[in-house]
Amino acid sequence: MIGDRWSRTFSFALIGVAAFSSLLPIVLAVMNALKTTVEIGSNPLALPTQLHWENFSSAWRNAQLGPSLLHSAEVASLTILMVCITATPCAYVLARQKGKFWRFITFYFMATITVPVQLYLYPLYFMFAKLGLVNSIPAVALIYTAMFSPFAIFLLRTYALAIPVALEEAAQVDGAKPWQTFWYVILPMMRPGLLTVAIIVGLNAWNEFVIAVTFLQNDSNVTAIVRFYNLTGQYSTDWGEMLAAAVTIVLPIVVIFVLLQRQFIDGMTSGAVKS
Amino acid sequence: MWLFALPALLINICIILVPAVLTFTAAFFMWDGVGKPAWAGLANFQNMAADPVFWSALTNNFIWTAIFLTVPVCIALVMAAALLMAPNARIVVQSIIFLPRIIAVAVTGRIFQGMIFSPATGIVAWLNERGFSISDPLADPDRSLYAVAAVDIWHWWGFLAVVFLSAMRQISVDQIEAARLDGAGFLALFRYVLIPGIRPTLILMLILTVIWSFQVFEFIFIVTRGGPAYGSEVLATFAYRHAFFEGDVGQAAAAACVMSLFGLCATAVYLWLQITDDAQST
Repeated sequence: MIGDRWSRTFSFALIGVAAFSSLLPIVLAVMNALKTTVEIGSNPLALPTQLHWENFSSAWRNAQLGPSLLHSAEVASLTILMVCITATPCAYVLARQKGKFWRFITFYFMATITVPVQLYLYPLYFMFAKLGLVNSIPAVALIYTAMFSPFAIFLLRTYALAIPVALEEAAQVDGAKPWQTFWYVILPMMRPGLLTVAIIVGLNAWNEFVIAVTFLQNDSNVTAIVRFYNLTGQYSTDWGEMLAAAVTIVLPIVVIFVLLQRQFIDGMTSGAVKS
Repeated sequence: MWLFALPALLINICIILVPAVLTFTAAFFMWDGVGKPAWAGLANFQNMAADPVFWSALTNNFIWTAIFLTVPVCIALVMAAALLMAPNARIVVQSIIFLPRIIAVAVTGRIFQGMIFSPATGIVAWLNERGFSISDPLADPDRSLYAVAAVDIWHWWGFLAVVFLSAMRQISVDQIEAARLDGAGFLALFRYVLIPGIRPTLILMLILTVIWSFQVFEFIFIVTRGGPAYGSEVLATFAYRHAFFEGDVGQAAAAACVMSLFGLCATAVYLWLQITDDAQST
């Protein structure tokens, strides 16, 4: 056991305060999602006297959450698919090839991780507008693929680096072509990495704001986040209903987080922790 | 073999590299995004330099950087150390403090607007009724930037603490025990064992903080849109406003270039660290 009694007590007090402050806004949101606007106005910190579940049904109806949640799911799954298909082979090559050219490619992908959206957003938008790709869900998924694949490539590359080269050599001796080696030998061993990538990319695509709000402008294709943002900008008086919509949008993410915490935390902190 | 890298590379070049080069070019043109661009030389940069909003936006980026290099980092370091001392609470608390990071920024922004800062329905209202006279910080040009920063800190520090905690857990227990036996208290342990032990991680996070602070957009755009009276305007909201609300893409591109320039210095350090690190691990 690390630490004496005093520093343990001190630590527990700190931890308590911290956990409380992290949870407070979330608890307030959930609690007030079940109250009427009048009740919220009279005391936002009071527990609901009566559970107003109708906030959820009216949010669902008025905000048309159903279709927009479906769009979010479409964007997220399309992005996951495209990232996995393009990043996995790329990660494998970057893990195996040596030399100046490949070092430069690795360097390029690293650099694009830190490039601000603002540096390519404007020409991209007007380019897409000319090509008729604004208001297209697949087009948004394509942009997300470019944005999120460098992260996926570097995460998957560490998995590829851990695979012994002898395995591939054995496959080659048996006459396997490069794509066969990749498909039958490498891919199965990268599966845990792919799960982490899918989770993080899915989360990012579900939550993304700048691209979504710029490229999706019709009610017939907005994601849940954009729908929520547009709606609350206009009528931010009915807080009960608004918070019910917020809880509905966040809930799927929180459920997956609770089930797959390790993948979430490992994936999102990967690359940050240096030994 | 190189065909394996082609799809990812091609998508990246079309979506990021080509438009980025176009942004750099557009900074030297008058362009509304639709019509024919007209050569403008340095006019976009000169207009920007003459615009007081640009300078206050740039200042706000520096303030933002200073806040995020200190406040969340200090909270996260202390919390990571505290969690290291309390192994029983670690798993549950780690998930709780990580939670804000996975909630969409648009949702977090609205929750803070309505439940914390609102003078009608938030904690501010609750405090007002109990005799503390606090006005809505989001409606005050002098305080709005700090109010938005508070929201981002809430969203960010827990993630940072989890990163620091996983780094601290790589420090050998023997080293910590040895310091203890030498009579080191919490502060000495923190200062002489834990901080030096996670130095590479700490430096990386500080560099990334500088990079991200010059890109900050979402929280500010969602909560205040850079207002009121441009009080919380940063370069990214400045650029977005010019491109999409004022039809001046040239000006937006110029602002984006300035923004990237500041990030670039930090990015150079980041890349250098990553490359040397990479060379060691492969």
